[in-house]
Amino acid sequence: MNIRTHTYGSVAFVERNFALVRRYIGWEAVFLSYNVVNALAIGLIGARMGKEMVMYLVVGAMVWGFLSILFHEISESIAWERWEGTIEYTFMAPISRFVHLIGNCLWAVVYGVVRSSLILIIIVLFFGISIKGANLPGLLVVLVVSGLSFVGLGLIAAVLPLLSTEKGAYATHIMEAGLLLISGVYYEIDVLPVWIRPLSYLSPATYTLRAMRAALLDGAGFGELMPVILLLLVTGLLLVPVGMLVFSRAEYYAKKKGKLKRSG
Amino acid sequence: MEAVKCEGLVKTFGKNGRKISAVNRISFAVRRKEVFGIVGPNGSGKSTLIRILSTLLIPDAGSAHVFGHDVVREYGAVRRLINRVSVDAAFFKGISAWENLRYAARLYGLGKKDAKERSLDILGRLGFAEKRIYEPLEDLSRGMQQKVAIARAFFTAPMLLLLDEPTTGLDPRSKLDVQNYIKDSMNGSASDLTIILTTHDMREAEVLCDRVAIIIDGRFVTIGSPSQLRSMYGQPALEDVFLDITGREWKEIEDEY
Ligand SMILES: Nc1ncnc2c1ncn2[C@@H]1O[C@H](COP(=O)(O)OP(=O)(O)OP(=O)(O)O)[C@@H](O)[C@H]1O
Ligand SMILES: [Mg+2]
Repeated sequence: MNIRTHTYGSVAFVERNFALVRRYIGWEAVFLSYNVVNALAIGLIGARMGKEMVMYLVVGAMVWGFLSILFHEISESIAWERWEGTIEYTFMAPISRFVHLIGNCLWAVVYGVVRSSLILIIIVLFFGISIKGANLPGLLVVLVVSGLSFVGLGLIAAVLPLLSTEKGAYATHIMEAGLLLISGVYYEIDVLPVWIRPLSYLSPATYTLRAMRAALLDGAGFGELMPVILLLLVTGLLLVPVGMLVFSRAEYYAKKKGKLKRSG
Repeated sequence: MEAVKCEGLVKTFGKNGRKISAVNRISFAVRRKEVFGIVGPNGSGKSTLIRILSTLLIPDAGSAHVFGHDVVREYGAVRRLINRVSVDAAFFKGISAWENLRYAARLYGLGKKDAKERSLDILGRLGFAEKRIYEPLEDLSRGMQQKVAIARAFFTAPMLLLLDEPTTGLDPRSKLDVQNYIKDSMNGSASDLTIILTTHDMREAEVLCDRVAIIIDGRFVTIGSPSQLRSMYGQPALEDVFLDITGREWKEIEDEY
């Protein structure tokens, strides 16, 4: 197979998910409003504590929103295939699992960016936030490199809907809740009990949030951000192949034990 | 070279601590351009065998080759040569037939234009109205969905087609449409197609298949052309052969207890 067939293969997933979004566009609007209301509510918690606190919380809500979309969309793609029973057809198609998963990740990124941008615009207008003095390019770079790690984690999470009954997709929420707790999304990690704190340093989101806040609130330059950017890049470049490997192992296990969802 | 060659194939599933031998030491070969039928009672292992050949299950023992490629070690090469229709047409039901077909086409490296031409041609021959390919699949009847599944399998021009009960649950007219389509595809002079077909309809097996294997409890108990089987068992029709053999086998199994 050449490059053309590979690109063709990964585009299949983007195109298909886009068709699904279009079909259920009403629901998309509902969920988007839910995300917006959620982010607003979280921002309002800080309203009495001053503009800075509002920004602190809003950044948490936005970054967390983006990362969890990446994380979810990947396992959601697998869950959806399992639910429709098409997973056997996708798995027996002559594209490599790599291309298949890259396609799903590509979709997650496109979808996550579009959705998060929409939410961002509304939030910025609502709170009258000014981003003068913020290091916007730095912010973008941090977001992109940390996206890699979350794609990797999403691939690992996708094993759950692949192997388990329809409840597997639910279990990914448990992983997500754990990350939310330890990553200092809405509070500094030093408020956590001492015994949990070491875990915080394992979560890529901890570093993302710290860097995002530095870039957005303190206007930290690239020099300051570089160590975090490098750290996140390395973590991401490790987690994505690890995620693919874990997924492939799970696929092998499923084929050995007959755990793939059967249709017919 | 044979289209399919299986030797001592075994697949066992563990269920609640109990072992089920879904495929139990099956050996057979399918010739190129042959339509090979597999018939047997529910739960006798037909779909399991098809899944092993589709690279969706890894056998516990034995080997299976598709045009010389091992289904476990060379699954990539096998996947390029095969396609499959299962009894339940699995699709993204919310989107249209065309969107589903386009998705499949991309997975097989088939261009959009080719994909559309071929699917319209196939669906047309199956008596499927063109404009309905833009409707959400969930709005189509089961028979129409199955025709889309047939198109999805045929339009990638596979060398080996695995048809697992492609006509089960279809009305007589749709069934005939599908059967005629299969027959026509085999008769086309350019055709280099080999088919493995499972069915519960003995008339269908008789009409479509060059050879038929009867499978019971994961084992092939007999194999031959429909006419060979009829004369071997002294029965007027394949259906009677089936009833004779399955009745006898079941009695023997019961006697063991
Ligand atoms: N993935 C699986 N996990 C556990 N048991 C399975 C699995 N697949 C098949 N089986 C069991 O193996 C046996 C053979 O099933 P199979 O689906 O191959 O039968 P079949 O001949 O296709 O039946 P039908 O005519 O009803 O389609 C059955 O007892 C079934 O319950
Ligand atoms: Mg079956």
